[in-house]
Amino acid sequence: MSSHVTVDRWQFTLTVMFHYLFPILTMGLSLFLLWFVTVSVFGGDARRLRPLRRSQEERDAHGRAAQFWAKIFAVNFGAGVVTGIPLEFQFGTNWAAFSKFTGGVIGQTLAMEGVFAFFAESVFIGLFLAGRDRFGPRVHWLSAFMVWAGSWISAYFIIATNAWMQHPVAYRIEDGKAQLESFWGLLTNPWLGWQYAHNMSGAALSGAFVVAAGGAFYMLQGRHLPFARICLTAGVIGALIFTVVQIFPTGDQHARMVARHQPSAFAAAEGLFETEKGAPLVIIGNPDTRRRTLDSTIELPRFLSFLTYQRWDARVTGLNDIPTGRWPSSVPLVYYSYRIMVGLGTILLVLALVATVLLWRGRLFRSRPVLWALMLAWPFTFIANLAGWTVAETGRQPWVVWGLQRTADGASPEASVPAGSGIFSLLGFAGLYVLIGLLYAFLLARIVAQGPEPAAAPDR
Amino acid sequence: MATVWFWLLASMIGVYVVLDGFDLGVGALHRILGRSEADREQATGLIGPVWDGNEVWLIAAGGVLFLGFPDAYAAAFSGFYFALIIVLWLLVGRGLGLELRHQLDNPLWKTACDTVFWLSSGALAFMFGVTLGNVVRGVPLGPDGYFRAPLFDLLSWYGLLVGAFGLVALTAHGAAFLAWRAGGDLAARARRAAGRLWAAKALLVVALAYPTYTVRDEMLTNFADHPWRLAFPGVVLLGLGGEVAYRRRGRDGLAFLASAVFLVGMLSTAAAGLYPQILPARDGQPFGLTIHNAASGEHALTVGLRWWSLGIALAVGYFIVAYRFLFRRP
Repeated sequence: MSSHVTVDRWQFTLTVMFHYLFPILTMGLSLFLLWFVTVSVFGGDARRLRPLRRSQEERDAHGRAAQFWAKIFAVNFGAGVVTGIPLEFQFGTNWAAFSKFTGGVIGQTLAMEGVFAFFAESVFIGLFLAGRDRFGPRVHWLSAFMVWAGSWISAYFIIATNAWMQHPVAYRIEDGKAQLESFWGLLTNPWLGWQYAHNMSGAALSGAFVVAAGGAFYMLQGRHLPFARICLTAGVIGALIFTVVQIFPTGDQHARMVARHQPSAFAAAEGLFETEKGAPLVIIGNPDTRRRTLDSTIELPRFLSFLTYQRWDARVTGLNDIPTGRWPSSVPLVYYSYRIMVGLGTILLVLALVATVLLWRGRLFRSRPVLWALMLAWPFTFIANLAGWTVAETGRQPWVVWGLQRTADGASPEASVPAGSGIFSLLGFAGLYVLIGLLYAFLLARIVAQGPEPAAAPDR
Repeated sequence: MATVWFWLLASMIGVYVVLDGFDLGVGALHRILGRSEADREQATGLIGPVWDGNEVWLIAAGGVLFLGFPDAYAAAFSGFYFALIIVLWLLVGRGLGLELRHQLDNPLWKTACDTVFWLSSGALAFMFGVTLGNVVRGVPLGPDGYFRAPLFDLLSWYGLLVGAFGLVALTAHGAAFLAWRAGGDLAARARRAAGRLWAAKALLVVALAYPTYTVRDEMLTNFADHPWRLAFPGVVLLGLGGEVAYRRRGRDGLAFLASAVFLVGMLSTAAAGLYPQILPARDGQPFGLTIHNAASGEHALTVGLRWWSLGIALAVGYFIVAYRFLFRRP
């Protein structure tokens, strides 16, 4: 692969991975913000719905919790916007041949994201951050709702775009370019539903662990206790719901789809070289692509076949039956990213389960080891999210559009964007992103140090 | 259908220039008009809640270019590589400067943020002008539909001239906005600045006519062949005249509106001069991209028009509601 393509790939990898850290939290946290605002606006002493039956004091505490998380949300949203703009541009700057080939199809979903999601998000975030007092509680709730809806709709169109690259449907090739044949076919791509659900539940679980971490942080210090209780309760329950949904049904169904449509990605993720009936599920092991073996393994016999096809002796295609020209460009990268995602997901599920049991028994707020674990768990949810995307994107290689266009053929021609241009901009982005990362950490640390109730009297 | 999308794209760029134009202009004037911290606080407070929404029009227009004319999108973005990457960095820097300045109450911090903010705002207004100038001038497209324009190739005398026009026109637009929305000394200073910048932009409009004819004679012959298109330069004159007349009478809101009309007039004149070309080739080379050879398939354009109308209607609704809330004087 010539060097300018490598540089283009590195630049996209850097910018998309750094950018995506912020939308994960935007999408996850907006859900919890909406919940806090809903309780504070629509809660009441005599509500029939149990979660909304709240005293005035609780409603006010939820309102304050929403205010605190809105400050963090604002910084995070800003970082997401400024790091997101380069992505749409990069399709054209560094992946011109890909844009030319696919614009007739995914131009739809990318433009829809702008028209249907970004406008709503950007307008209502302004109203939301102006605060509840300025426009009244109902406008405040509506803007919280629209911010949540905007970010989740935005994700739908982006995943619809990615789903088409993973599993192209509803197109025909005309003069060497993909043209849209059915609009509904594009929006109801069979790949799309599970990928979307899996991705959104991943974002929601990050939001849940971040909210829980905020609660644990103050609970461990004995400060801002009402706030800490609210955040721990919502965060831990959310964490349990979304870690479960993440694994079953969304992760399970998504994996089956990969097995059916992208056997090379599936075999790489599972480290399966030999096509087997009754393939084992590898818990740990190191793939050796030169000798085509998986070393030092611990495995559950026949489980892979069963999990994938619900038959203990089902046949799973291994990499040996796929020409090396169609292997992912790095099998170990796919394999290890997949282990990291699944491994972290399992650990997070156990933590969420333990915390929920303690919460239910009324002992969570006193269990310091579990509070410590909750306070420190959230970065791993981000790692799991990014590892999952690494599996999806490197598993799809060597294709940029599965079966239709190879990544190497999608880059801008060397005559327009030589490797040197790419290195220049890549270094510039790297420097700029270090600065953004530092500012982000600094601002968040200040908000957390100030705490949720800066003006209020200290807690008992 | 491609014609419809050409004009939809032009109108989205027009909305972008009118909306983000005023906050870019306010940014470029930030240190000149904002003499005290209170002035600067007032100016950034006015655009703070809306700049992000305004900028979305650029993103949405980029999406529509990708949807409607993928070949033009691919060629322009890869060919203008350096210019676009620099525009991206400026957009990032500008957003950071504007959003971060109120996070910390420290004069050095505010000065640092302000400096990034006004420099990048001014540079963006200039770069957008340069880009438009180079589209009009044409790009060295090859038979494969790609080109490469190094940064200094873009900064030809014509590119610089249109760049200067972009800077002046958007700064004038920003001054007109401040004259209308701000209060106190800031508004008075903005009003005076708007008057001077009006003269500068009127001068540049006249100065642009002949050079534009020399780089691309269709820009004028197109109007001779289709006299109805002369309505667009008419809009420019209407905007210019209206602005002066309303400012004399102290109607700052209407003067701002006239400035917006002027910007729309200039852009639509450029679009009418180019049509049906979307990315012309330089020096009469035959590889230019037109709405016919760069457009997406028919189904994409037809179905796109349906949801686009719905989506834009919603977006316009949001903007009206939001601006009414935010611009309601407390």
